[in-house]
Amino acid sequence: MLSRVTRAAGVGVRLRRACNTAAFLCSQPCMEKCPAAHVVFSRPYSSQKEKLDMSIFPVENIRNFSIIAHVDHGKSTLADRLLEITGTIAKTDQNKQVLDKLQVERERGITVKAQTASLFYNYEGMNYLLNLIDTPGHVDFNYEVSRSLSACQGVILVVDANEGVQAQTMANFYLAFEAQLAIIPVINKIDLKNADPERVEKQIEKLFDISKDKCIRISAKLGTNVEKVLQEVIEKVPPPSVNISDPLKALVFDSTFDHYRGVIANIALFGGEVQKGHKIMSAHTRKTYEVNEVGILMPNEQPTHKLYAGQVGYLIAGMKEVTEAQIGDTLYLHKQPVEPLPGFKSAKPMVFAGMYPVDQSEYNNLKSAIEKLTLNDSSVTIHRDSSLALGAGWRLGFLGLLHLEVFNQRLEQEYNASVILTAPTVPYKAVLSSAKLIKEYGKEEITVINPAEFPDKSSVSEYLEPTVLGTIITPDDYIGKIITLCQTRRAVQRDMMYIDEHRVMLKYIFPLNEIVVDFYDALKSLSSGYASFDYEDAGYQAADLVKMDILLNGNSVEELGTVVHKDKAYAVGKAMCERLKDAIPRQLFEIAIQAALGSKVIARETVKAYRKNVLAKCYGGDITRKMKLLKRQAEGKKKMRKIGNVEVPKDAFISVLKRQSEK
Amino acid sequence: MAAPGWLRPRARLAAALRCVRAPRNWKPRAQQPPRAEPVQAALYVHWPYCQKRCSYCNFNKYIPRGLDEESVRSCLTREAQTLIRLSQVQRISSVFFGGGTPSLASPLTIAAVLETVSRCAHLAADAEITLEANPTSAGASRLAGFRASGVNRLSIGIQSLDDAELRLLGRNHTADEALGTLEEAKKLFPGRTSVDLIFGLPDQSVSSWAGGLEELLQLCDDHVSLYQLTLERGTSLFKQVQRGSLPVPKQEVVAEMYESAREMLRDVGFRQYEVSNFARNGALSTHNLSYWQGSQYIGIGPGAHGRFVPRAHGESLREARIQTLEPDSWMKEVLAFGHGTRKRIVLSPLEVLEEVLVLGLRTDTGITHQHWQQFAAGLSLGDMFGSSEEVKELEDQGLLLLDNSVGYRQPWEGEVLVWPWNILNDLLAHRQECYSVNKSLCCVFGSSKIRLNPGALP
Repeated sequence: MLSRVTRAAGVGVRLRRACNTAAFLCSQPCMEKCPAAHVVFSRPYSSQKEKLDMSIFPVENIRNFSIIAHVDHGKSTLADRLLEITGTIAKTDQNKQVLDKLQVERERGITVKAQTASLFYNYEGMNYLLNLIDTPGHVDFNYEVSRSLSACQGVILVVDANEGVQAQTMANFYLAFEAQLAIIPVINKIDLKNADPERVEKQIEKLFDISKDKCIRISAKLGTNVEKVLQEVIEKVPPPSVNISDPLKALVFDSTFDHYRGVIANIALFGGEVQKGHKIMSAHTRKTYEVNEVGILMPNEQPTHKLYAGQVGYLIAGMKEVTEAQIGDTLYLHKQPVEPLPGFKSAKPMVFAGMYPVDQSEYNNLKSAIEKLTLNDSSVTIHRDSSLALGAGWRLGFLGLLHLEVFNQRLEQEYNASVILTAPTVPYKAVLSSAKLIKEYGKEEITVINPAEFPDKSSVSEYLEPTVLGTIITPDDYIGKIITLCQTRRAVQRDMMYIDEHRVMLKYIFPLNEIVVDFYDALKSLSSGYASFDYEDAGYQAADLVKMDILLNGNSVEELGTVVHKDKAYAVGKAMCERLKDAIPRQLFEIAIQAALGSKVIARETVKAYRKNVLAKCYGGDITRKMKLLKRQAEGKKKMRKIGNVEVPKDAFISVLKRQSEK
Repeated sequence: MAAPGWLRPRARLAAALRCVRAPRNWKPRAQQPPRAEPVQAALYVHWPYCQKRCSYCNFNKYIPRGLDEESVRSCLTREAQTLIRLSQVQRISSVFFGGGTPSLASPLTIAAVLETVSRCAHLAADAEITLEANPTSAGASRLAGFRASGVNRLSIGIQSLDDAELRLLGRNHTADEALGTLEEAKKLFPGRTSVDLIFGLPDQSVSSWAGGLEELLQLCDDHVSLYQLTLERGTSLFKQVQRGSLPVPKQEVVAEMYESAREMLRDVGFRQYEVSNFARNGALSTHNLSYWQGSQYIGIGPGAHGRFVPRAHGESLREARIQTLEPDSWMKEVLAFGHGTRKRIVLSPLEVLEEVLVLGLRTDTGITHQHWQQFAAGLSLGDMFGSSEEVKELEDQGLLLLDNSVGYRQPWEGEVLVWPWNILNDLLAHRQECYSVNKSLCCVFGSSKIRLNPGALP
């Protein structure tokens, strides 16, 4: 496998070796020489949007590349510098993570929404079109990353000179490696006091089989050696191997929604050309559209006359919903169908959570906020749901945990919506043995999202749970604790290796439901924040699953039913009973809170009967006040949900169902 | 403002029932005979002044400077006259002077009020006339004066027999002084002297409480009222407890105090006829019983509350009435309009029923069918609650007794595990269901209208 790395990385090197790598000093003096210079460099000061002529960039002068990195290793800062150097954006102190447009992206230092920027760069007298295709920075968006990468021929792999290779560096590397892209290793943050680029180079050599002299040491923050990176992109990344004379073949690698113009699809042309007026068709939906506008992203939309094979840009064609421009789809001229690009798949949610308005009167506002947000994120699946306790809401499916968190945070920040988010669950599967059920479902293997629909063991030959392959990279001081943590999460070790003298990489197969709630927080806290974690889908495995019911005085509470692994039932049941005990107020009688598997009770808590009383005097003047108080209490009672004879306030449900905040 | 026949109370209730059963066919029936409110009422007189503020009290009270008692007196009599006439009652069944500290008033004032009452309505010679007395302001001679004015029952606020507790409560008397007053009162009002005690005090234990009660039971007369300390917002005691500088006993401990007191009182022959009231030898307070039985009462004096039908205005619905709180404003209003009623809330027949229910369950007899029928002609207890799941559950758990021949009551034989207020939540929740089935019903039985008395507005 590692030999392939050398080859992939080597290709880039070999292709551009012939070029003179003399330093390119300044873009400004060459303006007159550049055919596109006039248009390009006057653009920022022009009040009119002139259409660019993209034909001036032949395929051999195009480089499509991406920057990949672990969280916080400086991907966005490097992108800012590249944009500045090429004059795409003015050089000011305000350029902080220009491509990260969302508040949540800047706060969390992650990229949620991929952005693209076309850079013009004059190198050794030649004008190059460098398309920087920024990718989402998290494994939850793995599929988007792989689609974005499929529009590239090379990547800049950024590694923090202090932190070294992290779990996500590994995941990203393998994605690029498997796509056979040229890989330019860059060691960032060499200006930091604790920077140890030497050690990081060794890690890279050991893990990725890339010679350490190929690493470029930079400080994106200060701009040190950044120009060199650009030159390496030109030298090492091959131009796309496409042909303008082929029929149009465009990959949709991202899409955004604009309220005035509809869907804006980000595309990479693998063949032909596209311009306004073209009739195009989607390979996935088979719908035809007329192109209204094409252009490049700088990073804002800049219309062009045409886009040509090998180029990357955007296309607006009267698509009304983002689902019409699904990531991975292929667009072609409707009279000239082509073989679609491989690898298209619809987003597959892996983590589900219920979302409810805090107050039911907020339902419509929340609904519209969710709709607006999903306009830009077609990977969220939405099903209306209603809970007897929490009212009307939705069951949303997300690509992963971070995706869920980001979605929730964006709802709060961008739409000021406050929501109750239930603890995330994963989609289980059941292989049915009952002929009757098989007939009913029309298939033998069913997916169970809602615990209420969990089929009984008697009609099931096997339950399956989703798993992931998790990668943990940690200083070796924490190995013991981390292995214990993984064992408690039912994880099975697959690999363990030292990546340098002090750092260890562990690989485990985890049941997904063991990591969806608080695994990441637990890992971070026991490793003082040093361990990094990343995971990828690893299919389903057989599991001993049971449905656990919560009973109040013997009556099952439907919305608290959960599917758990048999080994975890006791701990989960106990925790739920304890939380309920704290949340259910004392009543006229004793309340037994029980967790049960079938008829077997596995945990119990008791709420003692109410003894407190207002035994104050009640004469003439007190009556009005007392009646008012009583009526208010009676009103409150109406809002409680009654399970058998037990009244349960909404807050009790929330405290049990809600995602527990980080501890 | 005469209501059309179909809007009158009895018709409403009957219609309500029919409607619950068959809402579609429901038509208001015209020309039902009006329900007759009894032609009598109890009278409450509020004396708003105190010498000193007690640390637990949030009643409407004022520490007067240069009190012009003559003016207060004339206002009280004027208001008594106005409101008795407004109610058109022919009989005042009992009078209660509360406060504040009514034993600070001169016997002359008490006499003046009683004289006015007996001029405006029939006040039987043996009608219960109670005065609340504070140990310090009720020397033997004053007590004799009150008796001469017509007072025939005394309620002494002893509160505690522990001097430290009395200081904590901000009382301006000692335990000895209180016992002295009790001694005098018993001589003057034999068999008609009541004492008040408070339990659940900071630092109080079950045994210290029981000890104090034991001592009092040796000396007291035939009526005892026990109150659990309620920390009222705005009182100094509330603030101290909030700040954490005073520990209050846990609810289990307070419950035990109550249970042990009930037992001790029962052992020496007291009947617990209401949640906080105990009597022996038949010395029940008829005035207070009339509240719990849902009878009419007229309230006079600053901040006094009343419940009566202002028949002189042609009304047929009972009103909850509140007098102006602040004594000086109240006096101005009485001088200008003859009364100081600040707020009038028209009670729907349902709301009257709610009060009957809530208050009735405080008593040991509970709510009898006969009693209920006085207020809910045509709508039996069974009609209202027979189908209620909640009531059934309360019955099943032994928290409520439904005796078909008698009515509803709480089972008081054993330990009172649940005190009435808690049960009432369930009953009230249910009656709302019962009445909100149909929109048209909501119109009839909907929220009460608040009438501001234009005459009483400043």
